[in-house]
Amino acid sequence: MSAVLTNPPTPQPFQESPGVWALAWRRLKQDAVGMVSLVVVVFFILMMVASYFGLVASDWSKEKGVSYANPSFMAGAENLEAAAMAQKQAASKAPPVDLSDIDPLAPRYKEWEERAAKIAVTEVKRSETLPFGGDKWGRDVLQKVVKGSEVSIFVGLTAALFATIIGTMLGAAAGYWGGWVNDFLEWFYNIFTSIPYILLILAFAAVATATAKFGKGVLPIVLILSLTGWTGIYRLTRAEYIKHGNREYVKAAQAIGASNWSRMFVHILPNVSHVALVQLSQHTVQFIKAEVILSFLGFGVPVDMVSWGTMLAEAQNELVIGKWWQLFAAGASMAILVTAFSLLTDSLRDALDPKLK
Amino acid sequence: MTAYVIRRLWQMIPTIFGVILLIFFLFNWVGGDPAQVLAGKISNPEQIANIRKQLGVDQPYWYQLWVFIQQVFTFDFGRSWSTNEEVSRILLTRVGPTLTIMVPVLVIETVLAVLFAIFVAYVRGTVTDRAIMIICTVAMSISFLVYIIVFQWLFGFILGWFPVQGWSESFWKNLLTYAPLPIMLAVFVGLAPQLRLYRSFFLDEINQDYVRTARAKGVPEKRVMLKHVLRNALIPILTNIGISLPGVFVGSFLLEVFFSIPGLGREIITAVNRSDFPVIKAVTVYLAVLTMIINLLVDVMYKFVDPRVSFK
Repeated sequence: MSAVLTNPPTPQPFQESPGVWALAWRRLKQDAVGMVSLVVVVFFILMMVASYFGLVASDWSKEKGVSYANPSFMAGAENLEAAAMAQKQAASKAPPVDLSDIDPLAPRYKEWEERAAKIAVTEVKRSETLPFGGDKWGRDVLQKVVKGSEVSIFVGLTAALFATIIGTMLGAAAGYWGGWVNDFLEWFYNIFTSIPYILLILAFAAVATATAKFGKGVLPIVLILSLTGWTGIYRLTRAEYIKHGNREYVKAAQAIGASNWSRMFVHILPNVSHVALVQLSQHTVQFIKAEVILSFLGFGVPVDMVSWGTMLAEAQNELVIGKWWQLFAAGASMAILVTAFSLLTDSLRDALDPKLK
Repeated sequence: MTAYVIRRLWQMIPTIFGVILLIFFLFNWVGGDPAQVLAGKISNPEQIANIRKQLGVDQPYWYQLWVFIQQVFTFDFGRSWSTNEEVSRILLTRVGPTLTIMVPVLVIETVLAVLFAIFVAYVRGTVTDRAIMIICTVAMSISFLVYIIVFQWLFGFILGWFPVQGWSESFWKNLLTYAPLPIMLAVFVGLAPQLRLYRSFFLDEINQDYVRTARAKGVPEKRVMLKHVLRNALIPILTNIGISLPGVFVGSFLLEVFFSIPGLGREIITAVNRSDFPVIKAVTVYLAVLTMIINLLVDVMYKFVDPRVSFK
């Protein structure tokens, strides 16, 4: 044994061959559509992070403008709602009808007025226009959209991440072990897929809304989406693991004594991770769309948060009175992100396909 | 073939049992005591006590599961927790309006998508093809909600071509007056993804050897597309229709909510809002069974579409 080692072959100049990710990145860079989509998606994600840390849209809930303030670019348009609101407020300030002879509290009004005068009241000046209009309470629609993107994208991404983890774990177990583990997980998969998807989501939503066991805030909707959405990923990962389980490199790993755990997650997983990445991307889009619809129906994010779905729910009634900007802002930003994400998914799939070298 | 069908039916039993277990786990175990769920929703304590007794909440879980299994097989889910209407009656009366909308949607959508897809596949690679594909991608990225809000506002409120919402007792009035706008919406929204999918089916077939052979022996292009290619592409199309069939019974719950159509979809949304568990449990279990049966029927239908298929 040592005789062999004492006489090493002359070392070849070592040339590192690019890994699968480097190759994929090189291919992606050549794809113009993919790169533009990537830029758009990264922009939205940066916006989400900035909004989370309060760098942008931190005061989205402040009522800065008049009710349904016009967008700046159509400042001249009449705003009946704001006018009506102003009239109401003016009416409330007008002196009340004189009832002093029958009102038992009348002698004390003067004293109260004096006291009230001591407290400084700053009249908030509400602006007539906002950059992209205001909602019913005069909140800035542009800031709402930014804040809404934060919630919608966060829900979409985390739910997709959870679903990918669940799907990959179960798929790896079923594909690698086979046998009764596979049978059991296939049974489990059949149960979830035999219920129409939307009904499955609503069944989970019913329990989540009726009890507080799914947590608070955005956690229920993330759990609902991920616990129901893992099936497709499971199926794909399982197929990949079955394919890879008998490959030579896995057998070689076994021969040098790699444990089952190590073979599953150290050897095979990196080789199937491109499937997981594409699925992650695809499910993010799907879950962002689902979040919007669930929030619209009131099963999604709680009422004190804003997401694209809750914005669309408000927008439904606004359109009838001609206030189109909230619908447009939420609808358009969602459409842009979803288009970019879908195109990015397609490009990723092409870039990560080793057959297309 | 009989043996095949019998074996498939036999294989359904563990899945049905699994669905029952999942629903039971979700609603009885995670969902918990109806008295807590319904606190604040039903003020009558006697009614809650009745529901608890009926479900056997104070009994062990295996007994509750047994009660649930009996409910499934006797089609008796008791009464709705919120309206006290019999659950079976709710399901039967709500299916009609849903099908009035969804059957025309399925038929129109499939016919249009197949026709467009043949056309787009025929002109593959041209500017028309690319333009249609880009339009489809953009159209698919806009939320269904936005389409409904805008269409309802435009055609119902501004133009007044259709009633904004509503439903009547008469089938023909429903179909001709209230249904067209929701049907149009569903077809419009469903067309883009189906067109893209079917186009890829056609493109798969167009590159096959038999198409080259047909062209080589001088079959006119029209005949190649409409006979050779269409027949072969029908197999994946049939699968796709089979997958979407169970959804026909659930209906488009968004459309039903927006247009006040008293269908199954809206009933489910209302039930979720009111924590009306019996209704949701019943719908979920029966639709799962229906889905399995439809899948079996689709598999059997392959035999008639594709003579190469043999049942093992």
